[in-house]
Amino acid sequence: MAGEAHTAADYIKHHLQNLTFGRLPDGSWGLANSPEQAKAMGFWAIHLDTLGVSIVLGVLFLWLFRRAAASATAGVPGGWQNFVEWVVEFIDTSVRGSFSGGRNDLIAPLALTIFIWIFLLNLMDLVPIDWIPGLMAALGLPYFKLVPTTDPNATFGMSIAVFLLVLYYSFKIKGPGGFLAELSLHPFGKWGMPANLFLETINLIAKPVSLALRLFGNLYAGEMIFILIALLFGAGIGWGLMAGFLQLGWAIFHILIITLQAFIFMTLTIVYLDMAHQEHH
Amino acid sequence: MNINATLIGQSITFAVFVWFCMRYVWPPIVKALETRRKTIADGLAAAERGRHEQELAARRAAETLHDAKVKAADIIAQAEKRAAQIIDEAKAAAKAEGERLLAAARAEIEQEARRAREQLRAQVAALVVAGAQRVLRREVDAKAHAELLESIAKEL
Repeated sequence: MAGEAHTAADYIKHHLQNLTFGRLPDGSWGLANSPEQAKAMGFWAIHLDTLGVSIVLGVLFLWLFRRAAASATAGVPGGWQNFVEWVVEFIDTSVRGSFSGGRNDLIAPLALTIFIWIFLLNLMDLVPIDWIPGLMAALGLPYFKLVPTTDPNATFGMSIAVFLLVLYYSFKIKGPGGFLAELSLHPFGKWGMPANLFLETINLIAKPVSLALRLFGNLYAGEMIFILIALLFGAGIGWGLMAGFLQLGWAIFHILIITLQAFIFMTLTIVYLDMAHQEHH
Repeated sequence: MNINATLIGQSITFAVFVWFCMRYVWPPIVKALETRRKTIADGLAAAERGRHEQELAARRAAETLHDAKVKAADIIAQAEKRAAQIIDEAKAAAKAEGERLLAAARAEIEQEARRAREQLRAQVAALVVAGAQRVLRREVDAKAHAELLESIAKEL
């Protein structure tokens, strides 16, 4: 190992680099082999690890819950059905509590999908951070970032989807005029229209941004701490032991964080959609 | 990318973490789920029991009603029979009484007639004797001719 600081920086960089597919400097398409290459690919590049893990976990969620739904009975529920019922009941209670915009069949399934999917994505945070990249290195892939929610692309993707729904329902329920009135006649009355429009637009834009950044920030920071703790393992037996305890404590704490972040994302989605359904008074 | 002791340390820690979850995180969830399952099962069983009991009660009620109807019909039939019987009895008694009265009246009449005949006979006998005495002027001894007189009286 040549130069402790250099390796540590490399280690961190390596762990924060997504597996990126895009146009290489020589003009061909392929995987980026260094962060610089990935950066040079610009916007038209794809994080294969983020997409792959998200899709696999999404399909897993759909398959597991579909299985429970297909074999659901009105009688005493079995183990898995019981769990799914429990989760669905919880989501349904949350939606009933937060959503008052009348009947909308989209809200509860959307909330369930968001909650379970984000929870599963976050759950990847608890897998030891060297396992999967190590395995992938053995398979010849230069980088692999296991937790999609530490990639702002994933969190923004979800929050923008939610934002589009918010816009859709705002237009649908209030009409273009009503939506515009809400944006421009509040909070200062019609004489403060420019200021109102400015404030309300910021308010509107802040929704998807805060939704995405909150989830990303929490998970990214958590991942970062895991990486830093992992660095401690290399610093001798005493530090290694301490790193073990730290990682254990952080992982246990993260059980709370990943559930809480999934729940917050879900609840805020419900609340934003509820606001989109509110006629202004 | 270099593989070193970090991997081992992480793996050991992960094993401890999994143990921790098995020990302290999983059981409460499983227990909550089990409680939920049991609550549902109990609720369903109670509902089933309630329905069954209700069914039984309904059947029992129907049975009781049916019994009562049958009994009532029985009682009415019995009462009618009894009424008919009483009427018959009354008729028979009345008929018997009538016949008895008729017989008694007939017997009395017969008795009266016999007594009157006896009286008449006695008087006729006396008249005959008196007439004969007058005719024969003491020549006829009542004692000596008692037999003759008697036969005359009988012929009357």
